Amino acid sequence: MCGIVGLYLKNSALEPALGHHLGSMLVGMSARGPDSAGIAVYRKPVPAGSIKLTLFHESDAFDWQALRRALKTDLKTDAHGEIRGSHYVLVIAAELETVRSWLAIHHPELRVMGIGESIEIYKEKGLPKNFVSRFKLDELSGSHAVGHTRMATESAITTEHSHPFSTGADLCLVHNGSLSNHNRWRQKLSRRGIDFQTDNDTEVAAGYLSWRLNEGDSLREALEHGLKDLDGFYTFAIGTRLGFAVVRDAIACKPAVLAETDDWVAMASEYRSIAPLPGAEAADIWEPEPETIYTWERA
Amino acid sequence: MITVDLQDQPVRTLNAQLIQLPENTNQKAWRVVNPMGAHAVAVGLTQAVNVDIEGHVGYYCAGMNQLANITVHGHAGTGFAENIMSGIARVTGNASQSAGASGHGGLVVIEGNASSRCGISMKGVNIVVGGSVGHMSAFMAQAGNLVVCGDAGADLGDSMYEAKIFVRGTVASLGSDVIAKEMRPEHLELLSRLLAAAEIAADPGSFRRYGSARNLYNFNVDNADSY
Repeated sequence: MCGIVGLYLKNSALEPALGHHLGSMLVGMSARGPDSAGIAVYRKPVPAGSIKLTLFHESDAFDWQALRRALKTDLKTDAHGEIRGSHYVLVIAAELETVRSWLAIHHPELRVMGIGESIEIYKEKGLPKNFVSRFKLDELSGSHAVGHTRMATESAITTEHSHPFSTGADLCLVHNGSLSNHNRWRQKLSRRGIDFQTDNDTEVAAGYLSWRLNEGDSLREALEHGLKDLDGFYTFAIGTRLGFAVVRDAIACKPAVLAETDDWVAMASEYRSIAPLPGAEAADIWEPEPETIYTWERA
Repeated sequence: MITVDLQDQPVRTLNAQLIQLPENTNQKAWRVVNPMGAHAVAVGLTQAVNVDIEGHVGYYCAGMNQLANITVHGHAGTGFAENIMSGIARVTGNASQSAGASGHGGLVVIEGNASSRCGISMKGVNIVVGGSVGHMSAFMAQAGNLVVCGDAGADLGDSMYEAKIFVRGTVASLGSDVIAKEMRPEHLELLSRLLAAAEIAADPGSFRRYGSARNLYNFNVDNADSY
């Protein structure tokens, strides 16, 4: 099972309510994924020279302020952040690799969930409705987002195994389905320098896209290669800095529905998650074609 | 007219009410509002009642239908009118995959497009699609008729038995053992009747007919050594 959702706002007047709408979409997919939930939200782009990292620590008692102060002192730069549930969004004026190696030395127990200019990734075990309240989704403004509710089939139920999986700066992937050749691709990609943190099949798809993009593919080219190389049943929703993409395998037995109005584009595993959106009844509604890449991006 | 608001009562209660209607019921007109994509709306009906659903539905709407006349004024999710036995199931918009799958009888009308696997394993149902159908439609179809006023996706009618397929537009590819067949007067007459029953205006003369070449499911003695 698993449920996936995506919401891309064409009308910026809706941006303050992005998290609210995303929350109702996630809750709509509870029956498809009661094990864990996660989102990637694109919001509040940081100024040039700064980067945004979403960090996770399994203890709620972790002292994020101490971490921020230590980073400021050691890297002699400005840093601020915001705690949300078990996650911390850190905005720091520094090079990504400098921050990464500092974290690896001083806090190897921390997990970097997402990096980029505007992406924030939150994910946690448990029911979608608990996730929505714990991570205060109603507060989240933003331009677009993807989300996932998980019913685990291929690997364990942990925060780390939850979706979305980051695939590089401002890129992430959510997945409904199962990949049958992920072990072979994990080996191949590991030899090509892609790091994997879990044994999850979706992380392999994310790593695959990272690899293709590093090789110089556009997102569309990377997805076209993915359709040839990734074997299994899947619907993917991919978040990018500018928008989101949807692609299904050739058999297309994993469900997906797309809806578009003048104000928004939404993708979900079932229409139930689109129904609460404003104007959904009058939206254009259709099932995405197999092996067809759909993208919506800001110009 | 009985109106049921699915935001006020669960689908299960609605279906129980509909299924328990006696044969000579006077409660013949039902209107269902606010389905909000709910699954399994109006499933397993056995009496000749009219059910109008105002809005989009989720999976398996009108499944296993007998005698009832069910109309979705909107779009339908996966498995619309799956295993329909008789009666009419209509969608004014699009239907997701496997519409009319394994239907034994009755009429399924999709005024918009149907997605992949429309009429898969159909066993006697008549399906009329105003728009196009996706890949693998009428896969392993055994009996009945599939009428497509638009285009058909890849592998149309793959491994089919004795159903008839009529397509007005293009066919991306024919499935294994499917061939184009002559449109004889009796086929034009059948097609006219199906289009009239579906209340879809299209010229029967503009369709082509496809069916089984009957090579796949008949045992060929030359292949005896392969088994």
